[in-house]
Amino acid sequence: MILRNIDRTGWIFLVCVVALGVLVPVLNLAVPAGSFFHIPDYLVPLIGKYLCFALLAISIDLIWGYAGILSLGHGAFFALGGYAMGMYLMRQIGPRGVYADPVLPDFMVFLNWKELPWFWQGFDMFWYAAIWVLLAPGLLAFVFGWFAFRSRVTGVYLSIITQAMTFALMLAFFRNDMGFGGNNGFTDFKDILGFNIQAGETRAVLFFLSAMSLAGGYLLCRWIVTSKLGKVLVAVRDAESRTRFIGYRVENYKLFVFTLSAMIAGIAGALYVPQVGIINPSEFTPANSIESVIWVAVGGRGTLVGAAIGALTVNAGKTWFTGVLPDMWLFALGGLFVLVTLFLPKGILGTINSGWEKTRRKFRSDGSVPSGVPDAAE
Amino acid sequence: MPGFWTPMTLAPFRRLALTLLIALACLSSPPGARADAVDDALALFTTDKFNDTATGIQALATSGHDNALTILRAMTDGRLFYDPAGKTVFYRDAQSALFDAKTGAAAAAEPAGLKAVRLNNRLRTALEAARGGLALMDPDPDRRRTAAEAVFRSRDANALPTLTTAIGEEKDTRVRTEMERARAAILLTSSGVAEEERLAAVDTISGRATAESAALLRSLPADTPQGVQEAAEAAVTIIEGKLAFLAAFQNVLYGVSLGSVLLLAAVGLAITFGQMGVINMAHGEMVMIGAYTTFMVQDIIRNAAPYLFDYSLFIAVPAAFIVAGAVGIAIERSVIRFLYGRPLETLLATWGISLILQQAVRSIFGPTNREVGTPSWMSGSLDFMGLSLTYNRIAIIVFALMVFVALLLVLKKTALGLQVRAVTQNRRMAAAMGIRTDWIDAMTFGLGSGVAGMAGVALSQIDNVSPNLGQGYIIDSFMVVVFGGVGNLWGTLVGALTLGVANKFLEPYAGAVLGKILLLVAIILFIQKRPRGLFALKGRAVEA
Repeated sequence: MILRNIDRTGWIFLVCVVALGVLVPVLNLAVPAGSFFHIPDYLVPLIGKYLCFALLAISIDLIWGYAGILSLGHGAFFALGGYAMGMYLMRQIGPRGVYADPVLPDFMVFLNWKELPWFWQGFDMFWYAAIWVLLAPGLLAFVFGWFAFRSRVTGVYLSIITQAMTFALMLAFFRNDMGFGGNNGFTDFKDILGFNIQAGETRAVLFFLSAMSLAGGYLLCRWIVTSKLGKVLVAVRDAESRTRFIGYRVENYKLFVFTLSAMIAGIAGALYVPQVGIINPSEFTPANSIESVIWVAVGGRGTLVGAAIGALTVNAGKTWFTGVLPDMWLFALGGLFVLVTLFLPKGILGTINSGWEKTRRKFRSDGSVPSGVPDAAE
Repeated sequence: MPGFWTPMTLAPFRRLALTLLIALACLSSPPGARADAVDDALALFTTDKFNDTATGIQALATSGHDNALTILRAMTDGRLFYDPAGKTVFYRDAQSALFDAKTGAAAAAEPAGLKAVRLNNRLRTALEAARGGLALMDPDPDRRRTAAEAVFRSRDANALPTLTTAIGEEKDTRVRTEMERARAAILLTSSGVAEEERLAAVDTISGRATAESAALLRSLPADTPQGVQEAAEAAVTIIEGKLAFLAAFQNVLYGVSLGSVLLLAAVGLAITFGQMGVINMAHGEMVMIGAYTTFMVQDIIRNAAPYLFDYSLFIAVPAAFIVAGAVGIAIERSVIRFLYGRPLETLLATWGISLILQQAVRSIFGPTNREVGTPSWMSGSLDFMGLSLTYNRIAIIVFALMVFVALLLVLKKTALGLQVRAVTQNRRMAAAMGIRTDWIDAMTFGLGSGVAGMAGVALSQIDNVSPNLGQGYIIDSFMVVVFGGVGNLWGTLVGALTLGVANKFLEPYAGAVLGKILLLVAIILFIQKRPRGLFALKGRAVEA
């Protein structure tokens, strides 16, 4: 039922993601190091990181592209998911930490804490941490959205207060008293589910899971936006008051999709942390959240696949730029913001798609437009 | 001289004794009398008995001898010696050269068998008090006052005779008040003082509302009479009330200071965002450009005309306005004008611009902080009712208000302001009336950016001038404008001051960081309640 609603772009995307998820680990582990097809070890977590960003981008596109909610605080949900996973990984270190305390993570011993705070209880169990990966961002988004959407905070006002939200969280997580490691955050992880987190096989599995989550996230979002709910969301995006006058509970639709999007972002963060091996409060900086919005804009707002493509290309470009011309990266990123908004309002995929439509329409005499999700309105 | 102090009932005697003592201390011409007192005192140091030494210290301190302080200091440092045979006293200086204690002249030959004057803890305390007592006679009023304050804190009964002498002599009323407080502190805490004396002392001490006074009144000895204790308790209540008021006043004052910084940072945004509806994420970078312009201006002045340095900020303000305004106009013409009516795209594009500007400044000036000097007239601080406010903070408060008033006048009283408001309210109608709306857009944006640049001049005085300067203010600025109400300058003023004062009131309870977090959360909640801010524009703008 879900698969029925996938268009050609979607199929290509899914095939590519699954192929990537299988091929990269195989080429890394099975192909000998000297071979041309061998993928070096450092690339696996790097591409895995991009895949997590792509999932985050899809979650942003779900609300920005289809419901018109521009969140400048989605990095906060991503980071919350990451912190939940980080707490599990910290508890798994056990007595192997620097201070060798069997229960307390190093930073707590360092801060002279005597026992585990209540909110750390249970995080030694994976399933409990996994629940919180969804629950922490979900709850925050629900409470935040509950207040914001009911009082009809829309447009740039919402963007500004989401930015303030992630800023406040950043300040909070920087405090040592919060019990989340202060500005050092969590790092020096050892095990995940009993497997060594540094091992090639573990990384391969994590990579595969990231690819599968990206595919799954895409399928879920695609299913939502092609459903009746998705139609209502697009209506909200294009004419919120009109939709409300027709009789839809606009705030409920927005709240649902906002919370769901936050949870997807949380999953992306949870997969990100074991692959990069660190989580700290800088993930909460507003700049991070805004940067992830530009991935969506570059790839094409309101296309889902475009968001993922945007995240992959921009981050690959970032890796390349910061390696070759570190001083130029901010110029490039800044220029990207300006140029994409000025000249490429539909993003890469949107532009390709409309070009494709034009040529197709030329060949079709009847000029009918294939059905699908309408373009993102400005 | 134990027992010198007598209760009020013996006042005539006391006065007589006092007069004698003053006479003793003031006598300068007849050397014989003074020399005797000093000789007696010094002789006491040679007996090698602690009790004698203590008496000697007292005697020396009240002798008024020119060398007394030097001798006492030498004794404190263990540099005082006596010759058991000749019964004379010597001291060594830091280079261990030997001097005769009485005359201060270098000793001709070092006598054999010199012994150090021994000290114990009781003597050290006595020395301390004696030295403090000597400082009470110092010709410099500031030093006398410091000495009195020290006595107030130590409450050493040994200092009482000297203190009483000093009070009688004192001409400077401020120093005398201080001394009387010190005396009251001693009276209050020593036993064997009549109740009326103590009540008077309570009065004297509660005359000044400080935490010290309250602490003193609260820690009275257990044997204090009931009446005195009650009086002290009443005085403490009054002092605490005054202190609470003072603390609140200080919070308001510091809050206004912080609010003026917020106002400066936000008032430019009130133009670009409030009037034009442009979400300018590069606003912070306009502030940063203003700060760097200040740096450039000062750099040029340092090299070309150092004597102008005190006026550098007066040159920097218009320079920053022009530079930041020009950058703003350039941004408006090249990017923003294509994005009117698309606020979210404007937000992203201006964010990109802010990244470019930051990196540009980083490439030109380097990533480290640049030093911006403070003109001499802005350094120092003003003491006001026990609160101190630095002059640069005061200057910023004044400057922020000036900028605000100037902006109000420009918007309300000039042709440009009229046209700006016309375009804001009804663009097409304004165009039909012959207003060049795109030119007005550019000018308005330039005005807002220029004001941000001027804010940068002020902020360069209190913040690090680095490429990231603007980043720290952008969220606060938006909060102020949104909180105050978009499109309303007065709202921005009220918003900035409210947030500043609220921040300072939260800080003592929650700490600086947590206070800020609480405030952000409060604003987020407030916006939910009133999405259009404190002073919302009334109208039909359902979907702005």
